[in-house]
Amino acid sequence: MSLRTRSAGRTRFGRLGLVAALAVPALALSACGGGGSGSGADSPYGFEAEEQEADSPITVWVDASREPAVDAFTKAHPDVPVNVETYDGGANGSGSFQTKITAFDQAGSGWPDVVFSTQNNDAAWAAVGQTPFAAPLDQGYFDQEFLDGFTPGALDPTTVDGTVYGLRNDLASVVTWYDQSLFDEFGYEVPTTWEEYEELGKQVAEEHPGYIVGSVGDAWAPEVYFWGAKAPINTVTGTDGFSADMSDPTTVKMAETLDSLIDSGSVVQDSVFDAEFVKKYTGKVLMLPGPIWFSGALFQNADSLDAPKGTIAAGLPLAWEGEEAATGNVGGGTWFISQHSKNLEAAKTFLEFVTSADDYQVDLAPGLPAYASAADKWLGNQAKSGYFAGDFAEDVTTASGQVWDGWGYPRFSQEAVFAKTVTPELAAGKKLVDLLPDWQTALENEAQVNGYTVE
Amino acid sequence: MATAQQSGAAPVPGAASLRAPGTRTARHGSIERSRGRMSYLFVSGYTVLLFTFGLAPTLYAAYLSLTKEGQFVGFDNFVQVIQDFRFGPAVLHVALFVLFWLAGLVLFVVVLSLLVHGLASRGLSTGLRFVYYIPGALAGASSVMLWLFVLDPTVSPVSWVLHAMGMQTFVQTVSPANLPVIFAIIAFWTGAGGWIVVLYGALNNVPGEVMEAAKIDGAGRLRTALSIQLPMMRKWISYMAVMSLAAGTQLFVEPRILSQASKGVVPVDYSLNQLAYLYAFKQTDHNGSAAIAILLLVVSLGLSMFFVIKGGLFERD
Repeated sequence: MSLRTRSAGRTRFGRLGLVAALAVPALALSACGGGGSGSGADSPYGFEAEEQEADSPITVWVDASREPAVDAFTKAHPDVPVNVETYDGGANGSGSFQTKITAFDQAGSGWPDVVFSTQNNDAAWAAVGQTPFAAPLDQGYFDQEFLDGFTPGALDPTTVDGTVYGLRNDLASVVTWYDQSLFDEFGYEVPTTWEEYEELGKQVAEEHPGYIVGSVGDAWAPEVYFWGAKAPINTVTGTDGFSADMSDPTTVKMAETLDSLIDSGSVVQDSVFDAEFVKKYTGKVLMLPGPIWFSGALFQNADSLDAPKGTIAAGLPLAWEGEEAATGNVGGGTWFISQHSKNLEAAKTFLEFVTSADDYQVDLAPGLPAYASAADKWLGNQAKSGYFAGDFAEDVTTASGQVWDGWGYPRFSQEAVFAKTVTPELAAGKKLVDLLPDWQTALENEAQVNGYTVE
Repeated sequence: MATAQQSGAAPVPGAASLRAPGTRTARHGSIERSRGRMSYLFVSGYTVLLFTFGLAPTLYAAYLSLTKEGQFVGFDNFVQVIQDFRFGPAVLHVALFVLFWLAGLVLFVVVLSLLVHGLASRGLSTGLRFVYYIPGALAGASSVMLWLFVLDPTVSPVSWVLHAMGMQTFVQTVSPANLPVIFAIIAFWTGAGGWIVVLYGALNNVPGEVMEAAKIDGAGRLRTALSIQLPMMRKWISYMAVMSLAAGTQLFVEPRILSQASKGVVPVDYSLNQLAYLYAFKQTDHNGSAAIAILLLVVSLGLSMFFVIKGGLFERD
């Protein structure tokens, strides 16, 4: 009897379980079906917006470095309620922005109103799909006059099919940082070509060991060295074509240059954000090709290299001998607004403030603002303070116009691929030149799973 | 469920003698029925949770894995994920980790629990068990954070060990070849203490007269451990193996945090669960993600069956 009761119980529960199992997906599907009660595509925003609630608070995601922007905003606009949440900003291609948003898409609620991302290529996914996350900004939402105020080309990475989906926070073109006082002390000439750069690196390694001319320890090393060298390893054609040519002579030449400098010890493998880097190389950075935001992040930062006033200069990007100089771009964060926001007006006020207002971009921002008028004032402030040596404003402005257009913005992160494929092997003592084929395969694989046709 | 039924069927000694003769059968039946109902009530909480968070999602995953956009596609999703260039390495990573971890866990936990059980001083034995257990009280993610410091040669309290093994930087420490061992050590550190306590309890269940008989027969400590204690702990060891296997194949938190801390040197697609996560939330391919989940389930079930049968886990004494 006892046996029979048990099996009867099991079938009863079994059926219940089956019903539950079928009910769950059915519920999930019906939840997905219910669309937002928007005001139609002919809304003033240019996209189907959610029903607006004038006083609802906006949720803002920023990385730790952008928290001062939110603080400045709440000070200037105490009437706009802001919930701030800190996340990693998608740094080093971690993909956390995308994965979190997709989870909210699945749940059908919970999206933040405004997101800051360190990755330029986020617009490539945020603007597409059945329910794209990013709100188009130039279809009636933002005033064209305001958008025209950005430095020409600044919004290119966030423009998909001619529509702007995000606002750049700062310009992040690569410049050649160098220490004028060390050059004077050692009696060296500041190099203008990659060839001279390699020579200098070897010379300083021999004559003044311990001083460095660069680092490949961060995930953005490809953007600094290979983008600037015009190596065609991140070519996006159309919306779905990708190629990475590691056998191109430029690519190989840059890899060889870096190999010889890593060998000599003047290019190091420490991340510039490691405590160890600061400990080992404070006062010993002869040169450091890197983005403009190194200014506030490393040199003029008491917690980092903390260079004395008047020593560091932002040199022009390096060129191959006989060729025109070009440069790369490392991030330069982007602000996005969610299509799901219930307070688009507040979100707009926020974005206009953080990208263009003096309170943040001129007074607090660590890098060159993407908004032209703020950039002028920021550069003016830098010139007035006399912190940087050389013609800082001039060189930085020139570099901003030299970003090579041969690199695209694919839906995956170059940085993540470099970090996992190349960084550990370099640390194990392998040569960059020998790693090029693996790197190419890794990029092509990544492109394929992200829906690109490898050419 | 089985035990509840059985004890429900057995009359409580003593209670029966109080009953008047004639009414015995009827009374007994109603007690049995109410006990039966009680046992259902007791297991109902678990059963509801099992269906809601265990079986229903599993069935839903099975459904997802065989369909695409609502259409039945057979094994297409499985073929797709298996052909993904990230799948093979992820399987290898998880397999190596589970291998190192299970081997280490079984060996060290058994040895340590035998040693602790054999200690003459009760205080020392209790103290040691408590110390072993402490790391397990930390939540998974926070214990990984702690290990971030241990693994970085520039700040590690045991940096001399890392230096001796030729690791000068964090990147060298977390190089792909070292990762399975590193994850196994982290998992051992957080999980082993709890199992030592469990196996200690199992050792307490070895009847005193058996141990005494062994002693009289002249068996030493080693002989007793090998011939008496180990065979009697067999079920518990395989129970530990099954539970750890289930947890181990789901490796996620450790590589995820190490990936962020190492600025991407530890890849975001290191383990199978991470790959499933990327499928679901980066590629928005929930069907592919479900296919990985089902593959994991099948492999874990297969291996668990092995341990269950080998360990005699479902045998009754």
